[in-house]
Amino acid sequence: MSTLAHDDHHDHKPTGLKRWFFSTNHKDIGTLYLIFALVMFFVGGSMAMIIRAELFQPGLQFVDPQFYNSMVTVHALIMIFGAVMPAGVGLANWMIPLMVGAPDMALPRMNNMSFWILPFAFALLISTLFMEGGGPAGGWTMYPPLVLQTGNAFPFLIFAIHFLGVSSIMGAINIIATVFNMRAPGMTLMKMPLFVWTWVITSFLLIASLPVLAGGVTMLLTDKYFGTSFFDAAGGGDPVLFQHIFWFFGHPEVYILALPAFGIVSQVIPAFARKPLFGYASMVYATASIAILSFFVWAHHMFTVGLPIKGELFFMYATMLIAVPTGVKVFNWIATMWKGAMTFETPMLFSIAFVILFTIGGFSGLMLGITPVDFQYHDTYFVVAHFHYVLLTGAIFALMSAVYYWLPKWTGYMYDERLGKIHFWLSLISSNVLFFPQHFLGLAGMPRRIPDYNIQFADFNAISSIGGFAYGITQLLFVYIVIKCALGGKKAKPRVWEGAKGLEWTVPSPAPFHTFETPPKLTKEMLEH
Amino acid sequence: MKGNSKLKSSFHKIILALLLTPFSAIAEWGLNMTQGVTPISQEIYNMHMVTLWVVTVIGIVVFSIMFWSIFHHRKSKGAKAAKFSHSTTVEIIWTIIPLAIIIALAIPATKLLIKMDDTSEAKITVKATGIQWKWKYDYLDEDLTIYSSLDEKSAEVSQRNSGIDPMQSVNYLRDVDEPIVLPINTKIRILTTAADVIHAWWVPDLGWKRDAIPGFINDNWAIIEKAGVYRGQCAEICGSGHGYMPIVVKAVTMDEYTAWVSEKKIEQEAKNNTKDMVLTMEEHMTKGESVYKAQCIACHQANGEGVKGVFPSIAGSSVAIEADNRLRHIQQIIYGKGLMPAFGEQLSDVDIASVVTFTRNSWGNNTGDIVQAKEVSEARSKPNVITAGDSKKEKIAKSKIDELARAR
Repeated sequence: MSTLAHDDHHDHKPTGLKRWFFSTNHKDIGTLYLIFALVMFFVGGSMAMIIRAELFQPGLQFVDPQFYNSMVTVHALIMIFGAVMPAGVGLANWMIPLMVGAPDMALPRMNNMSFWILPFAFALLISTLFMEGGGPAGGWTMYPPLVLQTGNAFPFLIFAIHFLGVSSIMGAINIIATVFNMRAPGMTLMKMPLFVWTWVITSFLLIASLPVLAGGVTMLLTDKYFGTSFFDAAGGGDPVLFQHIFWFFGHPEVYILALPAFGIVSQVIPAFARKPLFGYASMVYATASIAILSFFVWAHHMFTVGLPIKGELFFMYATMLIAVPTGVKVFNWIATMWKGAMTFETPMLFSIAFVILFTIGGFSGLMLGITPVDFQYHDTYFVVAHFHYVLLTGAIFALMSAVYYWLPKWTGYMYDERLGKIHFWLSLISSNVLFFPQHFLGLAGMPRRIPDYNIQFADFNAISSIGGFAYGITQLLFVYIVIKCALGGKKAKPRVWEGAKGLEWTVPSPAPFHTFETPPKLTKEMLEH
Repeated sequence: MKGNSKLKSSFHKIILALLLTPFSAIAEWGLNMTQGVTPISQEIYNMHMVTLWVVTVIGIVVFSIMFWSIFHHRKSKGAKAAKFSHSTTVEIIWTIIPLAIIIALAIPATKLLIKMDDTSEAKITVKATGIQWKWKYDYLDEDLTIYSSLDEKSAEVSQRNSGIDPMQSVNYLRDVDEPIVLPINTKIRILTTAADVIHAWWVPDLGWKRDAIPGFINDNWAIIEKAGVYRGQCAEICGSGHGYMPIVVKAVTMDEYTAWVSEKKIEQEAKNNTKDMVLTMEEHMTKGESVYKAQCIACHQANGEGVKGVFPSIAGSSVAIEADNRLRHIQQIIYGKGLMPAFGEQLSDVDIASVVTFTRNSWGNNTGDIVQAKEVSEARSKPNVITAGDSKKEKIAKSKIDELARAR
């Protein structure tokens, strides 16, 4: 207890703008990341609202096709790079030092820089929407030659991607450096909480895949402005080469978004089942296998480009193989619940919904992985439904779960449990009304990324749009809950949740500005997970 | 209990009514993948259903166990948490079972894929070329080329706030001015490629889609077993007209197909020879408007004003007003410029003459100019005034050649 008093005593922090602009404190930077991600979630979300409004009825009512395409493109870029990734990095910043018993991140100044790049990168990207000719409209996948038809927005797009890549790589280096160098004595690798493990593996994915994307988009840049022909068939180049480069980044990217979510759920479920995580070691190995496999499946995004049959078979088998470690994870989560003593606070509800809905996304993923059938599914709303199940009801539900789980630790107050549950149920229902009918649309033959459609698709689109608007409005409730919790409420205890294990619950709530300035003495009980 | 079942049945009726009313027009579509009209599309449908059932059963079993646990192992029911945290046996079991299931799925998938890959011994070969935003079809054995664009009606209705309700037309955005005709019970090889950006050729009833990529030619095949009209659309984002390049396949008997080919050849012959046609202003305006609606409206819009910053306005444009620019105007349609594709091959002399006349006399462009087919025909043989001297690509290409020459 004397260490706690010591921490409190030194709990003076810089004030005003300086605190936030020059911050080297992992908690403040974590907070900045999380707030930024929430803002971007709403920016990207409002674009989704425009998309769903236009698709509510057949016919073109609100926007031109070109603007529609730029909404589709920028929505994806913002949600992936602006909302889900920064939210994950924000959680990592806040929680990893607390979970491994480190005083801060290993490279605090770089930490500041990796965050402050983001607002500028997105200013570049979003500014293109106000330019003559509009924003990038070739899809977030940026396939040439179409993307080369982008007007003035093009260099802004490319440099925004470069900045985002630099920011993410710095974040990843920081996490790896922290975890490998700053763990408290006794916190061996196989004692680390699973959230930390998933972030270490994610960091390696980031470092390995983002430079490839940076190379690819640089080649686009030189193709457009410097007369090269990497992707121009007329100049001896190959448009499909870009797709290989892009998806060599793009598939690991999928797991960059998903693995931290796995980590979150692996913290939350044991806490509310009051039972240790089942198969900890196999969870670590499954995460690592998924990460490694993710580098060998990229061409399943390109089955229709006309790959040689041997290539198609290889990528089909590799893709189907990912179902095995993913299955292991799902079974482990269920086995963790089995014979537990469960309670169902909001974080647990979001995590259980994650397990079910992410698995539904995984099922449609397995279907998409079967090459001959993918020739029908590819580039239809079936795919749109698939990746939104994995990313919205998957990654974002897990992030919501994490916020409710750790919010009392961050603010020192309990959030409003009743409102949290309302937020959960409304999100659950509306997101399924939003995305489930899109499976039917895709199977019936509706392609992705079209602003208008045949009347045979009218009914399901109307239903989907209603779900979309409901989901969008529901998230305003989330903001209210978070603000309300930050301003006050029932005082949170250091160990907020009865069954929660780990070092982060040994410090007071809210966590003091500086924690673990001297390494904590770890007891056996502290290392349980 | 009785009241309950009554309530249930009326509830069922309401659901059924809700489901059936809006879907009556689309009875055979709606929820699931089409079985299609080729042997391959049938097999794909079967593979799809097998996989769907496999994952559904797995889902039901796994989540039933989970929900059983959620209902019984809850603290409020006095459950005490067990302490176990691993079991090598069950972990091995639940690694091996999924592995066995995916192997069982991979075997038929592999066989099907190998079958789909075999394009040999096709009787007819058609090359589909994606162009922003229409399809060009070359019947390679017949020396016949047709262009297939969105039909005029859909083009009109799809304009933003057109005021026309799309619900009135069943084939809205799924109809073309010129469907391709293919014979039934014949192995047809369909090659896909593109002229500008990547497109994808997809008719769900044939069971597959394939990207159409500039510089690449992909080959595919189909044996259509049932006569009928099959609709699909471009499936790879290709710019603002991506939603507006449908594909319509009309499958007919071999005899009807042969008759259609010879008829089309005669039409093609006539189209290539219109340079002596002379039309009046009224005739040009009517014809020009219909060409405009079919070919130009997607970018330049119904009001001729285009989309600011992307597609230039024709209304008030110097190219479409000034007398000096008549040749430039005609040649821009023949050769294209920047994003604008070349129409010289697709449109006849008289078509181009009419659309030039129409655009020079609409939306306040009151030039009074009449362009006749002969002028277009002559413009085809004159040097291209648009690219004369100022093309960046040409310059780069030239400097590369010079460099190579120097190196040698």
